[in-house]
Amino acid sequence: MIQYKTIALIITTGILAVLPQFLNPYWVDVLNNIGIYAILGLSLNIIVGHTGLFNLGHASFFAVGAYTAAILNTQYEIPVLWLIPVCGLSAGLFALIVARPIIHLRGDYLCIVTIGVNEIVRIALINNVFGLTGGSNGIFGIDRPNVFGMTLRTPMEFYYLILAFGAVTIFLFRQLEYSRFGRALNYLREDETAAQGSGINTAHYKLAAFVVGAVWAGMVGNIYAAKMTIISPESFTFWESVIIFVIVILGGSGSIPGVILGAVLVVGLPELFRDLANARMLVFGAAMVGMMIFRTQGLLPQRPRKYTLPQGRRNGEGGE
Amino acid sequence: MEQFLQQLTNGLAVGSIYALIALGYTMVYGVLKLINFAHSELVTLGAYLGLTLLTSLALADRLGPLLGVLLLAVMVMGLIAVVGAMLDRVAYRPLRQSPRLSAVVSALGASIFLQNTIMLIYGARYLNYPHDILPKMTIHMVGIDVPLVRILILCVSILMMGGLFFFIQKTKVGTAIRAAAIDQGAAKLVGIDVNLVVLLVFLVGPALGGAAGLMLGLYYGQINFAMGWSYGLKAFTAAILGGIGNIPGAMLGGLLLGVVEAMGATYISFAWKDAIAFLVLILILIVRPTGLLGERVAEKV
Amino acid sequence: MKLLSVSRLTKSFGGLTAVNSVSFDVQPDTVVGLIGPNGAGKTTVFNLITGIYRADQGEILFKDQSIVNFPTHRIISQGIARTFQTIRLFQNLSALENVLAGCHSQMKSGVLGSLFHTPRQRREEKMALEEAMEALAFVGLDSNALQMARNLSYGKQRLLEIARALATKPSLIILDEPAGGMNEHETWQLVALIGKMKERGITVLLIEHDMSLVMRVCENIVVLEYGSKIAEGPPQEIKTDPRVIQAYLGVEEDD
Repeated sequence: MIQYKTIALIITTGILAVLPQFLNPYWVDVLNNIGIYAILGLSLNIIVGHTGLFNLGHASFFAVGAYTAAILNTQYEIPVLWLIPVCGLSAGLFALIVARPIIHLRGDYLCIVTIGVNEIVRIALINNVFGLTGGSNGIFGIDRPNVFGMTLRTPMEFYYLILAFGAVTIFLFRQLEYSRFGRALNYLREDETAAQGSGINTAHYKLAAFVVGAVWAGMVGNIYAAKMTIISPESFTFWESVIIFVIVILGGSGSIPGVILGAVLVVGLPELFRDLANARMLVFGAAMVGMMIFRTQGLLPQRPRKYTLPQGRRNGEGGE
Repeated sequence: MEQFLQQLTNGLAVGSIYALIALGYTMVYGVLKLINFAHSELVTLGAYLGLTLLTSLALADRLGPLLGVLLLAVMVMGLIAVVGAMLDRVAYRPLRQSPRLSAVVSALGASIFLQNTIMLIYGARYLNYPHDILPKMTIHMVGIDVPLVRILILCVSILMMGGLFFFIQKTKVGTAIRAAAIDQGAAKLVGIDVNLVVLLVFLVGPALGGAAGLMLGLYYGQINFAMGWSYGLKAFTAAILGGIGNIPGAMLGGLLLGVVEAMGATYISFAWKDAIAFLVLILILIVRPTGLLGERVAEKV
Repeated sequence: MKLLSVSRLTKSFGGLTAVNSVSFDVQPDTVVGLIGPNGAGKTTVFNLITGIYRADQGEILFKDQSIVNFPTHRIISQGIARTFQTIRLFQNLSALENVLAGCHSQMKSGVLGSLFHTPRQRREEKMALEEAMEALAFVGLDSNALQMARNLSYGKQRLLEIARALATKPSLIILDEPAGGMNEHETWQLVALIGKMKERGITVLLIEHDMSLVMRVCENIVVLEYGSKIAEGPPQEIKTDPRVIQAYLGVEEDD
């Protein structure tokens, strides 16, 4: 079983490593978008999938990260990739400040507040807040990133950057799943009162979920800014938040492979349907309804965690 | 002072439209605990169907402006009610037992589907309502000249809301709707046909939304396939502001939001208009986590 | 020395006073029963002790420290654990993970430790796993460790809740109708389990409708009616107390 998994992992990595060599730049760029949305989806998955908090404003955290990178890079000429931690921290801090007073709101009230925050951020960016965000034109002239002396320009070069960041994300988030922190989020999602009654500080973990998700979205914002070299408010609308949300629920709430598959479908499929032109989004909407009806739990739902029981104990009668 | 009163009446008129739309969100939410994100597209559809019927049937010419528009409103409401019921049948009913967020994604999908359907049929450009339907007169009251259309919208909305309030509070069917909203299981046990209640909610809510769409067309004169989402979002905000699931709350929330927005746009900043509305919402929710009229639910443990 | 001391505890919902100036003490290493007719306010008292409801008035001392209106998780980490009247397990997680929830307050690793699986985090995780298995074994569910909570029988679900509570390493455990929905054999096992807990030095406070169980295991009984305490004492006294018989046992016999 374990061997089979290792082999599958090696093959997948191999395919992903050579894939762009066989594709034209357009399709490599599509893959890059899938990668960016997949990581955004994984970051939202911490909040929505694991903790069960209804966040439809994730693009605002993404925006804070991207604008942090753009402003610091264009104003102070700090190399853009060095700013990854700064972008993560600024988005995390933003989430902490925004979520702190509203974290006790119940499901749908939280939902509208996150939408509201997203809108406020977008409007603030358009109105050139603090004279830093460049209004509706956004910020342009962000430097090309430099990795070990090599400047990244082509989609293929960015592909490997995004792939590497994605791999690190998957690895760390999987570790998080198998930990006290990851379990606490799931307890909260299943039954908040019972979680409290088991000694879990639910307000703390709700906030922590928001901050972790935001930190990651902020870091992706940095990579996005570096890739685009120009960013504007229209990339961070409510609609973006909806797409990230749909990726999580459609793919499989709480499941890393599910979210990745979700990103492939939500970002990739409309590309395949380009021939349908205007009817493309119509088909997309209908497909969302259909998929939810036929796969209510998402395409690849969260699987139970596996535990190796301590020696000397009888094994359970199958966990699933 | 004059500007203040103008903005107040403007805010009340827009707010009453928000309130009509908000009722659709809140009624569906009350019974199904579902945020019907596609409701905003029903509003858009109401505006477009209104325009189509208006120009193709020339109702205003045949029956005179007021009677013509009234008949038009009845027709639009009837059609949108049918679309609303179909929406529930296709996109929501199969998901009754599913996780709530799956139903939300289905609602978002339905919204995308409807919006793009409207775009494919009517095109992506702005369309104009004829200028001469309602007389362009103003009425002098409380020291200012108020456009007739504004007064009409406010009066008609309040009439509709009053009618709905009476229907929900005083009739047997209304009582059934309220019962199903409080506890579906218990409602079933006392013999209430919950499926019928859901059908009703999906007829009445969209009908009001359709009427709101028509009013938006008449008030602003211009409609667009994407217009629904911003009004829908405002109306959803209004529903939450009043306490979602609470019918008087939606009315209060809508009117309040309309006025806050009009005042904010005039006295604070037009560019920050939408942000002000959301900021007020957030501040109110911090003080009252379940909205202005929402109940504070103490969970039974 | 008192382990838990409740004095003049009061809580009302709207106009209804659910708990009205209730006072009682729990001595360490005893089993105390809280009984009374339906709606007497027993569960509300438990919810007040564990901070799920906020008290309007009154004081709750645990190990001579005030814990009234503390957030629930802090009360749990002080050493009070509880189960719920309506079973509240994490239904879609395994029995083991349900118990690991109880271990949570005994563990320390935070976000960073959890992301990077530091050596300390690994050690802690291994310990927690062993302790969780130990708690499961204590209630006799070790062979069900990897089953989903929702797939367990009703009686086993009640035991699993007890295991989760025990994993918080409490000095006082509060059981809300632990025998509810159990068959005779399971109830009998429960009595043995309560005895085992007492041997371990865990004090037990319980609500129970099964009078024979209460009379068998409790050393002290507190009787509530309409939110007020009407009697307190050892089982023999309670059995013969005329007010209790009128208020409670009389009603019970009608069933």
